Amino acid sequence: MEFVVLLKQVPDLAEELEIDRSGTELVREWLSYVTSEWDEYALEEALQLRDLAGGTVTCLALDTGAVDELLATCLARGADRVFKVGSFERPPDTHASATAFAAALRTVSHDLVLVGVQAIDDLDGQLGPVLAAELGLPHVSVVTHIAAGADGTTVTANQEYAGGLVAEFEVDLPAVLGVQTSREAPRYAPVSRVRQLMKTATIEALDGPVGPGGGLIVESLSVPETGGHAEMIDGDAAAIATRIAAILAERGLVKTGAAS
Amino acid sequence: MSSDILVLVEHRDGTVTEGTFEILGRARELASQAGGEATALLLAADAGPLADQLGDWSIIAIEDPGLAEFSPSAYQAALAPIVTEREPMLLLATNSGVGMDVAGGLSGAIGLPLAAFATSITLADGAPLVTCQSFAGKIEARVRFRDDRGICTVVAGAYPAGAGRVAGSPRVERVPLPAVDQRVRFRGLVRPEAGDVDITRETVLVSVGRGIGEQDNIELVEELAAALGGVVSSSRPIADAGWLPRTRQVGKSGLRVKPKLYLALGISGAPEHLEGMRDAELIVAVNTDPRAPIFGVAHYGAVADILDVVPALTKRLG
Repeated sequence: MEFVVLLKQVPDLAEELEIDRSGTELVREWLSYVTSEWDEYALEEALQLRDLAGGTVTCLALDTGAVDELLATCLARGADRVFKVGSFERPPDTHASATAFAAALRTVSHDLVLVGVQAIDDLDGQLGPVLAAELGLPHVSVVTHIAAGADGTTVTANQEYAGGLVAEFEVDLPAVLGVQTSREAPRYAPVSRVRQLMKTATIEALDGPVGPGGGLIVESLSVPETGGHAEMIDGDAAAIATRIAAILAERGLVKTGAAS
Repeated sequence: MSSDILVLVEHRDGTVTEGTFEILGRARELASQAGGEATALLLAADAGPLADQLGDWSIIAIEDPGLAEFSPSAYQAALAPIVTEREPMLLLATNSGVGMDVAGGLSGAIGLPLAAFATSITLADGAPLVTCQSFAGKIEARVRFRDDRGICTVVAGAYPAGAGRVAGSPRVERVPLPAVDQRVRFRGLVRPEAGDVDITRETVLVSVGRGIGEQDNIELVEELAAALGGVVSSSRPIADAGWLPRTRQVGKSGLRVKPKLYLALGISGAPEHLEGMRDAELIVAVNTDPRAPIFGVAHYGAVADILDVVPALTKRLG
């Protein structure tokens, strides 16, 4: 079975996000990037499924300037082929990404396309269903427990709902699935191996048009007042613990007989 | 183009979901401001009992045995012609798996813009203005639609469900199923195994996230929960790692809880988590990241390592 995984980088949330003077964009020049968490799960699922069902795993990323390391990491983890798609000065929105990936997928054979169910920056919807609509393929979002059917023409997957309830679906291939999590934590790729592959591996390029995007107009960005709500407790761990214990005692939330 | 608002009814196992009432209520307010009508879109094998649950609403119903439970392909095929023909100003869905599939699929198929993770929808000069969560709640974006029409997926809890629960008789317009797409077939619902505790009924939850670092440290949190007479719950990564059972998971794909006390320990507060616990009576959060969104919903917060604070707190309660 031919598995294709679509990946992207997103700003590392461990760092502070700043809004630029236009008020509609992040300041991007100082940001560091990480692979979108859910895309990592999608890749791990693809590798696991390939190891069970046979076939190949091909990874695609839009070329937003620095995706070689991302794609080399895919190879280091066990992907068979990697491609960068198009050429983008800034990260395209979900719809523009779908347009570019759809063009690339016309030349990359695929039975099952796996994407992360969401990314932290997808304002205009999630890639999976938008891409599937462009390609005319069926799709299911928020899936876990993907299993290939015996005859290679279907997969089953679970869609998660609130409260731990899941629906099991059978899906005709080719199809697109938005992966919520992988059966095992994404495998580790040694940095030395990634570095080596960045020098030696072939990262092929595919055309991907710069589409018009999703038609969402950003009027303004803002940083929510996170501290505005909570009363912050200062001091070291002991002082914090003492204050929390006092707050709980005031509200009658400590067990009878407990010290405050 | 109209000033009407269509609302996708999400139902499962014969019951309309809570989130559906949240967006229905907001749809009625917005439609009345815009001079249009709010109409529920109901796809089902038998619309009658679900329409009765909805109450006093105008409903477009598509009935077909294949629509007994949700299927992304069946819903998209059925809805695309109706949404195209009715030209609503807005189509609202919840930001659930169902909403993601339908909204993204329709946006891609019929070209209506889509705003995801919406927390607020207002009208500015008669056109929708939507606030969306982005970057795991660290950034808010205010967006408009090209041509002032579009689709929104609305996060749970953005609006009260009460406004959508309107007693009365539904007015149902049944329309024939316009198209069939059976490439995604519903096979069944799998219910979670009952856990040893029901975290939705507990009054004190000591909830733990990635900040716990490693599995062995869960014990520290268990000790604190015991000292408080509560139980341990978690954010998604802890359940994914198998460090706590799935039945302890709070949030969008876990359980929605409303305890008297929610201690959020090492939980950053991604929107999916906040959805499950923001209604707790008292929220106390400890996290090393001063910008963690959890502090936006907590009543009290402390920037510290939980591995230092938790043992100290247990000692004071012990």
